[in-house]
Amino acid sequence: MKICVLVKEVPDAAVQKRIDPSTGRMDRSGEKNLNPYDTHAIEAAMQIKEGGAVEVEEIVAVTMGPESAVRALHKAVSLGADRSVHLTDAALAGSDVAATGYALAQTLKRESPDLVLLGQQSDDGECYTIGAVVAEHLRMPSLTQVIKMDVDPEKLRCERQAEYGYDTVEITLPAVISVGDAINEPRYPSLKAIMGAKKKPLDTVAAADADIEASRVGGENSAAQWTASKAPPQKAAGTIIEDEDTNETVDKIVAWLDERKLI
Amino acid sequence: MADILVYALHYEGEINKNSLGAVSEGARLASELGGECHAIVVGGDDLTDELAGSVGAYGATKVYRARAPEGLAQPVVDAMAKVIADNGHGYALFGGGLLGFEVGAGLAARLGAGVAMEVTAVRAEGGKLVAERPILGDSAISEINFRSDVGIIIGRLNAFESKQSDAGAATVEDVEVELSPQAQQATMVQRGEQRGADVDIEGADVLVAGGRGLGKAEGFELVEALAKAFGGNSAVAATRAVVDAGWYPYAAQIGQTGKTVAPKLYLAAGISGAIQHKVGMQSAENIVAINKDANAPIFEFSDLGIVGDLNKIVPKLTDAIKAKKG
Repeated sequence: MKICVLVKEVPDAAVQKRIDPSTGRMDRSGEKNLNPYDTHAIEAAMQIKEGGAVEVEEIVAVTMGPESAVRALHKAVSLGADRSVHLTDAALAGSDVAATGYALAQTLKRESPDLVLLGQQSDDGECYTIGAVVAEHLRMPSLTQVIKMDVDPEKLRCERQAEYGYDTVEITLPAVISVGDAINEPRYPSLKAIMGAKKKPLDTVAAADADIEASRVGGENSAAQWTASKAPPQKAAGTIIEDEDTNETVDKIVAWLDERKLI
Repeated sequence: MADILVYALHYEGEINKNSLGAVSEGARLASELGGECHAIVVGGDDLTDELAGSVGAYGATKVYRARAPEGLAQPVVDAMAKVIADNGHGYALFGGGLLGFEVGAGLAARLGAGVAMEVTAVRAEGGKLVAERPILGDSAISEINFRSDVGIIIGRLNAFESKQSDAGAATVEDVEVELSPQAQQATMVQRGEQRGADVDIEGADVLVAGGRGLGKAEGFELVEALAKAFGGNSAVAATRAVVDAGWYPYAAQIGQTGKTVAPKLYLAAGISGAIQHKVGMQSAENIVAINKDANAPIFEFSDLGIVGDLNKIVPKLTDAIKAKKG
């Protein structure tokens, strides 16, 4: 079995995110990191490989993004991927979720994976949607927010929480599965793995290499046009207490609650 | 082109509340565009004429009914793609929820359509729809215009309010759908399984909620003691993360795939306040948050925020409230 894991570079959670007023797009400068949700997808791939129920020949990390996204791939490799693929092209900049999914699917076609895994969401933008877009382009079944997955060579048995409780779904491979963060506790990379990550094979792929039609990607060609952002209606800022003396803090909370007749 | 197609999810003989909200919103928008709002239901024999037609009271004039496996996204993508191809709807609209995201995204790929998700408001402008989506932890709102033939709008949970009128039942039209190969590769084994004890949180005046910051399942003992100290109509709630981790029963879960609550007081302990949680509790009258991370998003929408260690604060707060109540 060959597993591809889709990963993404996102602004570090500690960095204040903002929209660049000149382009209307997210300002992606500043500290970056591997999307934390993606580490669960890599861990899920590793657990399949180590689980012994199926033989995993290869785990390949795949990303789309600017030059800096290489660091996210290094991180993915340090967590266990055998090699990585970096789709990068100026023509892709500003692609919406539909165009990004198409471009990633074209890149995945070169790899012919049996299973594509990804995190349930990116830390910085799209919500739960990229997996379903990629799956549709690959004509594979897909399921998102999976929190338990049993694998055999032909199929997966997946559990997830949906609108009315927990669902159990059986999926025939090949398939695209996005995993929820409750599926596992990602391991920390060893120092040796971190040092060795840059030596693992990394393919750099341009749009034309993956037969991506230029007319279907990029900000200008995206079907959903994101226009100027505006400020939301302001809600009065709440009171903040920094707890230094806990007895004093508790007195303040009780007074606040009492004032509003909540006790 | 001016017609809007709304996906109406159903389970055990009832149409989903968020889907009904989307139908009402679709009806309002369609009338501004000079078109009609239609709904689509996908499932088995429980989709009677009566159940399918009931969306009429929420503003749909017609409902398409497709017999296909329910609870899975791709059969719905197949059905909606066919209905849109045959009838030329200009927009597809979804209420919040997991399936809405999956179906909307899959449909966008199938139709080459633009998609906007987590939408909180939609308006008609110059014969087209413009969607508003909060971004960057709700600190800004982005507007989305569509340049594709079909625009796909996926609402945030509870964004659209359902409005019932005395309009009659919608006309039910059966559609034959050929399932795509990918739709046939998924089978529902069990749907809607409830895990853990049944607890009632929707009627509580005071909810004390626990998240991952409690550290371990036993952390809920602190939360339960605090809820008990408030006495009367109080209960304990939980985030999705801790429910999935098995720390607390599913019935107590607030948020995107859990319950929506509006108590007088919502006291969050060790909850960061991700959007998926926020959509289930932001209507609470008073929100108090205790979290050790000063940058936690929950402080941006709490009325009183305490930055500190809940293990120190919650037990003392419990004692203080007990003392106050005598």
